[in-house]
Amino acid sequence: MITAIEVKSLQKRFPGQSPALDQISVNIAHGSITGLVGPDGAGKTTLLRLMAGLLEPTKGYIKVLGMDPFLQCDDLRADIGYMPQKFGLYEDLSVIENLNLYADLRNVLDSERQRLFRRLLTFTDLTKFTKRYAGKLSGGMKQKLGLACTLLGTPKILLLDEPGVGVDPISRRELWRMVRELAGGGMTVLWSTSYLDEAELCDSVCLMNQGRIVADDTPQSLKSTMRGRCLHITNIQGNRRNLLKQALRAPEVIDGVIQGANVRLVTAAVGAYPDLGPVGAGPTARLVEVEPRLEDAFISLLGGSSSAESALAAVIPEVELPPDMNQDAVIEAKQLTKRFGKFTATDSVNFRVKKGEIFGLLGPNGAGKSTTFKMECGLLKPTNGQALVMGIDLKESPSKARQRLGYMAQKFSLYRQLTVEKNLAFFSGIYGLTGERQKHKIQQMLDVFSLHPYLEMPSADLPLGIKQRLALACAVMHGPELLFLDEPTSGVDPVARREFWTHINGLANKGVTVMVTTHFMDEAEYCDRIALVYRGKLIALGTPDDLKRKVITKENPNPTMEDAFIKLVREADDE
Amino acid sequence: MNSGGSGFSLRRLRALNKKEFLQIVRDPSSILIAFILPVVMLFFIGYAINLDTSRVRVGLLALDGGEKAKSFISALQASPVIDLYPILSQESLLREMAQKKLRGAVVLQNDFSAKVIIGQGGAAIQVIADGGEPNTANFVQAYIMGIWQNWSLAHSQENAIKTTRPIDIHTRAWFNPSAISRNFLIPGSIAIVLTVIGAMLTSMVVAREWERGTMEALLSTPIKKLELLLSKIIPYYTLGMAAMFLCLIVATTIMDVPFRGSILILCVISTLFLGCVLGMGLLISTVTRNQFNAASATLLIGFLPAMILGGIVFEIASMPLILRFISRLFPTRYYANSLQTIFQTGFVPELIWTNAFFLIILMFFWFGITAKKTKRNLE
Amino acid sequence: MLYRLLQLVKKELQVLFGDKSSRMMLIMPVIMQVALFPFAATMEVKESAIAIYNEDNGAASIELSQRIAKAAAFKTVMNIYSQNDLIDVIDKQKVLIAVHFPQRFSAGLSSQSHPASAQAQVIIDGRRSNAGQIANSYISQIINEYILEKSPQRPATAIIVRNAYNPNLNFKWHILPCLVAIITTVGSLMVTALSVAREREEGTFDQLLVTPLTPGYIMAGKTVPGIIVAVGQAIIITLAAVLIYRVPFNGSFLALLMGMVVYGLSLSGVGLFVSSICSTQQQAFLGAFSFMVPAMMLSGFVAPIENMPRFLQILSYGNPLCYFIQLVKGVFLKQFAFMDVFPFLWPMLLIALFTLSAGLWVFKHHIE
Repeated sequence: MITAIEVKSLQKRFPGQSPALDQISVNIAHGSITGLVGPDGAGKTTLLRLMAGLLEPTKGYIKVLGMDPFLQCDDLRADIGYMPQKFGLYEDLSVIENLNLYADLRNVLDSERQRLFRRLLTFTDLTKFTKRYAGKLSGGMKQKLGLACTLLGTPKILLLDEPGVGVDPISRRELWRMVRELAGGGMTVLWSTSYLDEAELCDSVCLMNQGRIVADDTPQSLKSTMRGRCLHITNIQGNRRNLLKQALRAPEVIDGVIQGANVRLVTAAVGAYPDLGPVGAGPTARLVEVEPRLEDAFISLLGGSSSAESALAAVIPEVELPPDMNQDAVIEAKQLTKRFGKFTATDSVNFRVKKGEIFGLLGPNGAGKSTTFKMECGLLKPTNGQALVMGIDLKESPSKARQRLGYMAQKFSLYRQLTVEKNLAFFSGIYGLTGERQKHKIQQMLDVFSLHPYLEMPSADLPLGIKQRLALACAVMHGPELLFLDEPTSGVDPVARREFWTHINGLANKGVTVMVTTHFMDEAEYCDRIALVYRGKLIALGTPDDLKRKVITKENPNPTMEDAFIKLVREADDE
Repeated sequence: MNSGGSGFSLRRLRALNKKEFLQIVRDPSSILIAFILPVVMLFFIGYAINLDTSRVRVGLLALDGGEKAKSFISALQASPVIDLYPILSQESLLREMAQKKLRGAVVLQNDFSAKVIIGQGGAAIQVIADGGEPNTANFVQAYIMGIWQNWSLAHSQENAIKTTRPIDIHTRAWFNPSAISRNFLIPGSIAIVLTVIGAMLTSMVVAREWERGTMEALLSTPIKKLELLLSKIIPYYTLGMAAMFLCLIVATTIMDVPFRGSILILCVISTLFLGCVLGMGLLISTVTRNQFNAASATLLIGFLPAMILGGIVFEIASMPLILRFISRLFPTRYYANSLQTIFQTGFVPELIWTNAFFLIILMFFWFGITAKKTKRNLE
Repeated sequence: MLYRLLQLVKKELQVLFGDKSSRMMLIMPVIMQVALFPFAATMEVKESAIAIYNEDNGAASIELSQRIAKAAAFKTVMNIYSQNDLIDVIDKQKVLIAVHFPQRFSAGLSSQSHPASAQAQVIIDGRRSNAGQIANSYISQIINEYILEKSPQRPATAIIVRNAYNPNLNFKWHILPCLVAIITTVGSLMVTALSVAREREEGTFDQLLVTPLTPGYIMAGKTVPGIIVAVGQAIIITLAAVLIYRVPFNGSFLALLMGMVVYGLSLSGVGLFVSSICSTQQQAFLGAFSFMVPAMMLSGFVAPIENMPRFLQILSYGNPLCYFIQLVKGVFLKQFAFMDVFPFLWPMLLIALFTLSAGLWVFKHHIE
């Protein structure tokens, strides 16, 4: 094996903070694709920047192509292609202007430039859009253009920082194909991602957590340690959320998620199956061994998912909706339409959400799911049709109706300057909780979400997982009957995501109606029903299994949610 | 030099400049800062700061109806610089001044005419000026004093009483014969305007590159520090010069400010000045890396010192030593002074070259810090 | 709902004063400006240079030259001996002003037979004509005093000048009350104009909009910090003016306080109106800046409003700063009591009413 990047006992500490990276040692093989996996704040970006020579190591040793990337950056920069998180594109320049700029900067000239442009533009399917401003491209196209700009000058090392963040599965797959084919020419690729399914496709993966490398191996060997420990409970009768809760109590089980109609479990040891009797899966239920996933290995390395029980659900009363209300239409869209000028973002969308249901809105970037979501929670006014919540148009009686809903925004919109305690006090206050009741409720939330250690910390300084807990606490403390969640888990590590969904499941069991948008396909599996939105239209509506069933073919008898998503969108394209 | 081209590359610089120009043309806010804001600011500063008190509102309390009093009153009325308003009583004088927005008042006591005729002195004309506006109060005093002097001269000749001939003072304001304050304020305001837009433009664009993450991408390419710096300076220098010429045109055509100097000298001095200001702007953005803080800092160390310590409205010579020293750190005073000279006097080598010398020093000072703070990495 | 409004206000204040750096941003510029501005912003002429070109060398001109040299306004006195030197010192700005006594000046003055033969020339630098004119008035004063003293008989009339409110025309008495208004304008406007844009950028604005609070309440919650900043900064500067700079404070403090609150309200109105039409902090900043510069220029702080062209005077009726400066000065120097401030209060209230309702209107239509 020829080593392209060599890292030994590397430490990086920013002034006044605990080390962002500590004792990192890893060798990256020449010509391989390495996935750098880990939750937000694990140190992925810092490691990539160190390799690109943009940061100086505090301690330790790092060599890229045999050179020190920081001190010898003049000699090395031409050989390194680095794509930062926001792709590094100039939004007010056109596609071709961006390419020309980076070609000039990377010393790609004349005929070589023309040849490369032709190749990259064809490859990225951007030939038709060369005159379009980068800012007007969709997320997926931006990402491809960013990659194209980075690949100019044919670097020997390609460093990609979370190219898949906020991008829908279709674009992610295409990007992967591009990198695969291009890397065939002996390029060394480092690909950082928080999607474990993406990392599974790499030649090797580094699992990172809290500034350290937890594991460094091929995906196959990492997964092989999990072989025989991954199970599906199929043919379940009764409530699969309750079943998951019960199953996670079994001592043999270290992790569990809902997978459409099934429940997927990971056990602590090979062959140690849990007893199906006490978990209440019903007489027809059966345990089937399934293929392990990289995520299983990651969770197992982090010590398993923790919570079986939602402490939150335990303190929330059963939701009782007024008897005169239609219990099958807690949230309803009637011919819901939104136009921005000539552009129709949402086009005659209809759906109804039952009490206690978890309803997912899925769709590619810019397809209109956010617009639909925003109209339902009253942040946008529909052009046509109605967005009803509990039978009320939020425009008619806004204050009264809003009192009954909870909302958790993308990126956990908390007041960064305020401490945890003050955030809680504020959000309970504006929902009208006063005096003893407020104090009690804040105390309860601190207990439920174990926020006590962070009480006096400004929310900006919280780790992402804690921020997410706090955001959820703020959204639910006034006891809402329905809950709107906008990409509630982006960037959060799998363990925190499991914990989050435990709470959401618990709330749904208590009768809280939940509407959620997400880019994670495994999260879509938690939903009772999914609405797939594309080009403003509802192209599919049903349970996760319904959607998967629609795309079963001979070649793919067992499609994943992602397969279903991609296939359904492609079919809509063909029409 | 190896194949990567580790030396300075004109081609890369050209590419970066082209990018920057395209961004300027396409970004409404840089057009706003470079072309709309200067004209609006010039217009407001030029017309709103009129230091020549052209007409003042003065009250008159005439308790005496005699001939001499009437004669003095008609002298006041005849004056082109005074608008006279009657005041009703001594007791309500101050209140009436406030209500009628009078800047001063003239009081003639009831024995005024009688005392003048007796000629034993003691016929006092009381002038009360509103000290709340010291500058205007000075003008009120001077105006009334002048009227009184002329009046008493004419009056004494009339009565063939010999008094000492007052010395005849001829005042001439060179270069600006009618002493129009706009003529020196407008060149001064061009200096303020260019300080603000020069610093604001560069500070905001670099901060924007940091915020949008494009800086990180640029830094990871084989770009050189000098290329990076020059790529920010050349486009915004061009834009600043364009704004300067726009101001020049507006000042000379619309606002009728005379221009007696040479365009070439103007360009040389403006170049040096823009060098300083762009350096300051780059430094601000390099340090703050965030648009909001960059803008606030521009306001605090760009606009305010230019306005206060630029020697445009307030005399630097009258300030305490420490402030006079601080004012030397900011290029505005040298530029404002040069502009005033170029506009009104023409080319005064000694003055212009002294200013140029200080501007060059400041340019090295600000650029030196900027170059030190600019790195080719994220540290 | 009142309780919820209170919670909102409390949050705004916590955000504003919560961390050290934003507290510093509110206080440091105030301290800096209060320390520097009064010394820098002066229109008095002190320690400047004068050239004397004496072709006469008679008793009168020498005596006058000596008196001029003693004046506090002139630190440097250059004696020059030719017309060319005169041109040179003015051109090169070695002096601000020059006095020329021609030949036979003293003779002309003492002779009784040649009327008006004593002529003196004063030349000022037109590039700095304001300072020049002020210096010129000092010289006239010196000469007039001289004439009066030398006068063989007392003139029939005399002029007695009294400066109301500010007997010695101390420039600091003018500048500090103005600073109370100017500095608070910057602080309060920035706080309100940027707060909504910041919440938009951080995503918390949507979070607020889905709560039971209506846009009206959210606006109301946002005006309070603007008022508090305005009042707080204004009080700091008032205290500095009275305690450090010894500016007399004759009026009613309560009246001033009320003025501060109303002024803060009108600034918040403007700030919120700006923020309602901006979606980013950069736009809000430019918007606030575009309001601030003309508002300061038109406030009458640098130059009196009545000197401005007619249409700018009309424009200044909509400028809350105009009213507040007059109010503050009135309270400081002119013994304004409660009733006296009223004529300045209601225009500010009107501006606040107008901008706040315009802001609210834009808000509602922006969102829905």
